[in-house]
Amino acid sequence: MSEWIQIGAVLDFPRQGSRVVESPKGAIAVFRTQDDRFFALHDRCPHRGGPLSQGIVYGHRIACPLHSWVIELETGEAVAPDEGETACFQIREDQGNIYLKV
Amino acid sequence: MQGANGGTPESGNGANSSQGELALFLPDGIQTHEYTERAMKKKMKLVVIGNGMAGIRTVEELLKMAPDLYDISVFGAEPHCNYNRILLSPVLAGEKSLNDIILNQEDWYTEHHITLYKGEKATLIDRKNRSVIGELGARADYDRLLIATGSSPFILPIPGRELSGVVAFRDIKDVDQMLEAARTGRHAVVIGGGLLGLEAANGLRKQGMDVTVVHNMTSLMERQLDEPAASLLQNSLEQSGLSFLIAAQTEAIIGENRVRAVRFKDGLEIPADLVVMAVGIRPNIELAKASGIHCERGIIVSDTMQTYDPSVYAVGECVQHRGELFGLVAPTFEQAKVCANQLAEVGSGRYRGSVTSTKLKVTGIDLFSAGDFKGGEGFEELVMQDPSRGIYKKLVVKDNRIRGAVLYGDTVAGGWYFQLMRESTDIQSFRESILFGHSNMADEGRDGQSIASMSDDAEVCGCNGVCKKTVVDAILEKKLFTLDEVRAHTKASSSCGSCTGLVEQILQATVGNYDPTPAEKPVCACTTHAHDAVRQQIAQRGLKSLDAIFRSLDWQTPDGCQKCRPALNYYLLCAWPSEYRDDPNSRFINERVHANIQKDGTYSVVPRMWGGLTTPDELRAIAGVADKFQIPTVKVTGGQRIDLLGVKKEDLPAVWAELNSAGMVSGHAYGKSLRTVKTCVGSEWCRFGTQDSTGLGVKLEKMTWGSWTPHKFKMAVSGCPRNCAEATIKDFGIICVDSGYEIHVGGNGGIKIRGTDLLVKVSSETEVFEYCGAFMQIYREEGRYLERTAPWIERVGLAYVKSRLENAEERQRLFEKFKVSQETAQVDPWAELSKPAARSEFVAIASLENSHV
Ligand code: SRM
Ligand SMILES: Cc1cc2nc3c(=O)[nH]c(=O)nc-3n(C[C@H](O)[C@H](O)[C@H](O)COP(=O)(O)OP(=O)(O)OC[C@H]3O[C@@H](n4cnc5c(N)ncnc54)[C@H](O)[C@@H]3O)c2cc1C
Ligand code: SF4
Ligand code: FES
Repeated sequence: MSEWIQIGAVLDFPRQGSRVVESPKGAIAVFRTQDDRFFALHDRCPHRGGPLSQGIVYGHRIACPLHSWVIELETGEAVAPDEGETACFQIREDQGNIYLKV
Repeated sequence: MQGANGGTPESGNGANSSQGELALFLPDGIQTHEYTERAMKKKMKLVVIGNGMAGIRTVEELLKMAPDLYDISVFGAEPHCNYNRILLSPVLAGEKSLNDIILNQEDWYTEHHITLYKGEKATLIDRKNRSVIGELGARADYDRLLIATGSSPFILPIPGRELSGVVAFRDIKDVDQMLEAARTGRHAVVIGGGLLGLEAANGLRKQGMDVTVVHNMTSLMERQLDEPAASLLQNSLEQSGLSFLIAAQTEAIIGENRVRAVRFKDGLEIPADLVVMAVGIRPNIELAKASGIHCERGIIVSDTMQTYDPSVYAVGECVQHRGELFGLVAPTFEQAKVCANQLAEVGSGRYRGSVTSTKLKVTGIDLFSAGDFKGGEGFEELVMQDPSRGIYKKLVVKDNRIRGAVLYGDTVAGGWYFQLMRESTDIQSFRESILFGHSNMADEGRDGQSIASMSDDAEVCGCNGVCKKTVVDAILEKKLFTLDEVRAHTKASSSCGSCTGLVEQILQATVGNYDPTPAEKPVCACTTHAHDAVRQQIAQRGLKSLDAIFRSLDWQTPDGCQKCRPALNYYLLCAWPSEYRDDPNSRFINERVHANIQKDGTYSVVPRMWGGLTTPDELRAIAGVADKFQIPTVKVTGGQRIDLLGVKKEDLPAVWAELNSAGMVSGHAYGKSLRTVKTCVGSEWCRFGTQDSTGLGVKLEKMTWGSWTPHKFKMAVSGCPRNCAEATIKDFGIICVDSGYEIHVGGNGGIKIRGTDLLVKVSSETEVFEYCGAFMQIYREEGRYLERTAPWIERVGLAYVKSRLENAEERQRLFEKFKVSQETAQVDPWAELSKPAARSEFVAIASLENSHV
């Protein structure tokens, strides 16, 4: 069963940055892009598990801090030629608050 | 030698990689959306004439950027899919099969909805109705037309040229005819002792024929080789079984239906079952000319690869650009990139000509030639000859810059020389040893080892554990052409870069020779501007924010990427120290959180220990922190201080606060910034010490800490020439002597070891400070991001750095500038980040209950 949970307000998230939500199944990285879109991914790089939340956000992508793989924020897929995928979570904004579906 | 031809993967595996490339230019959302919308309205039509290397490369580049912009049709006179023409030589020699050299199979065309008129020559361009008509009646309308018809072999206008058995060396059909002749006949005559002729001759000899090469000049490959190298080449080809007729004038080819012999002006006649004409090529411009497109020797194109008709583009060997014609792949690929950018309507790319180099693809012969190898008046020649080993190397030099090179027998350093030449590097400081090759230790260890003799499982890249076979397989399967492509697909050479030379050699051995690096690489794929140009613009136009740069300099992405943003952030910081506000989100994580990320996502913390000195109190505080936060590893670093490894992110602020309260500050072990000043004990204790090296080191560190630099910056002070602080492998090193201080610069102890150059000798500490600040300031202002002082000095030359610093006034001015930027830089980031307001970044924003997941 899944439900929407409020995790913070828009202003808690830096543009081109991220914050982490802890969960029993591992950390979830929440990203805010330059154009104010929000994305949520499992905070593990498909390469060797690097914490994606610590990477550099650009466009709708995140560059992993460990070995610079680039992951699509919308799909969790690694940008070719790298191959791999990390889980995505649904996220939405409502009246200045951010909700995550878990 | 390979370089950044975009650094993008081939689109061999279709949708995936074009998807990948797309966002570089069309960040998701806005623009992709626009394209889709436009595509739904009406796709434009692109017609390509010529299914060869340049034309299809352009289409591939285009598909990566704008996969849905055009409906594409291709006319190809040859009855084959697009193949790698330069590999016809190894096919002829029996080293590769036809199937090995196909670049795009039929299904690639289908997958990208490309209509291929295979085996149909285009015979008419109807510019008025914008349509192309083929020889078999096909008709394709265009909005944009790309002409890539290549060139045709030049056939000597001599009697008998039309006989059967007289062939050129250009396409698969020619190779088939040669192979057929080799099965039935014995004697082959190759007319032309250039690159192509020699490769043909070598192939035919390997197919069992008796081959005579006829050349009308006095030495072989006169356009690429000087006489000594040409005669070495001729010798070894003779040893392998070829015969030569040099300075011979062919008069006629004799035979009834089929060729029987070749006759020369002096009356000599030699038997021939096959004659190969390899005397040059002519751009294929008849079609363009007939349709009224302006041509001279080739189709005239502008820097945007447009012909006089703006809807008609042309690339490859059929074009003439700024008066030049082309005969190699590298420049045509560069043109393809520019042309694709234009067609995709995303780029402001311009083609400005290419510097090329040549290698002969005859197995067992190592030959390299580039640039102006003849020299002459006003040029110097550096020559090394070792006849018994068959080695000859010549560099043509002017003003301490390489202008040309010819290498025979040992070409390992060819790529390096080529790079020095293209980047116009000052070679003064390593001129004496330059002919011995690279100063790159990692490469040198592998010198003398030919790629062919390397076993399949030999490790090529030590960082990523990539072996030779993996690299070769990827090159073949994924159709890779450039170093950047190999890096992207295999990771070889993508980390520390010390195996780059080796990977380039494998690339060459596997697919031939490309060299597509433009003289100065763009900062990244978001832009066509190179580092220096961007910095100039920042200063000239007074650009003071990332956004201003993106807008004014036509960035192709709305907010850059992980490569350009850190560089630009640094350039802004350096240009406007008191105005620009650092953008943490444009910094690598280590600089953002002022600690080094570790493989498991924890961090390491290194407090500053000025000049390597510490106190019992500091050590107690460190011990206390390690206990309190259960820090698993405490290690003495190579930089004379202590590293606390395995700190959890959320503990960082508290760890710092505690270290701060014991008087310690960040050691910037993570930064592109001043790292450590290593010292030895010096005159205070050591029986040999001449000056107070420890004290001087502490003062230098207090003066320079906190400053941001293009790459990390390390210093050391040794108390005497025994040099226990290893000052001669630092960016800035002091060796104390009885009469004062020797200042050494440009050392590096890392991936590529480089000893320092002596900059100057001074007599007081005050002068040391002045030189230090001024030196750092020029490096800060002129070093490119991620270029350490060692490669920087090799690029600009020690003489240049000296000339700037010798002048007392200039030195003082630079030092003052350095001090000004230090005013805003010397803020302990730990103190800042451990303030309560800043701590939120370090902890999770929310924590979900078990039941929620
Ligand atoms: C901790 C330390 C190893 C140690 O346990 O001793 C270290 C650790 C790392 N070094 Fe180093 N280097 C350390 C001294 C050195 C030295 C020795 C020295 O400074 O005297 C060198 C050779 C000298 C030189 O730089 O010229 C050295 C040459 C490198 C290089 C190669 C630089 C080059 O220009 O070739 C890199 C890679 C880079 O910077 O791109 C590197 C990169 C790294 C990184 C930052 C790798 C990374 O990106 O994560 C490592 C960070 C580990 C961490 O989290 O702490 N480290 N590294 C040393 C820290 C010194 C300090 O107190 O600040
Ligand atoms: C044997 C050999 C070895 C080589 N070795 C090297 C090397 O080691 N390194 C290097 O850099 N370069 C090498 N080259 C040169 C390299 O192959 C060319 O520079 C490159 O192929 C040029 O590309 P292009 O697209 O301009 O011409 P091409 O690849 O020749 O493509 C042009 C195509 O257009 C077709 N065409 C022409 N007119 C029409 C028409 N009217 N309608 C339809 N189709 C038409 C032709 O049939 C041809 O297929 C070599 C060339 C040969 C022949
Ligand atoms: S500390 Fe330096 S040498 Fe050691 S593994 Fe890390 S980067 Fe390599
Ligand atoms: S763990 Fe992310 S790139 Fe290696």
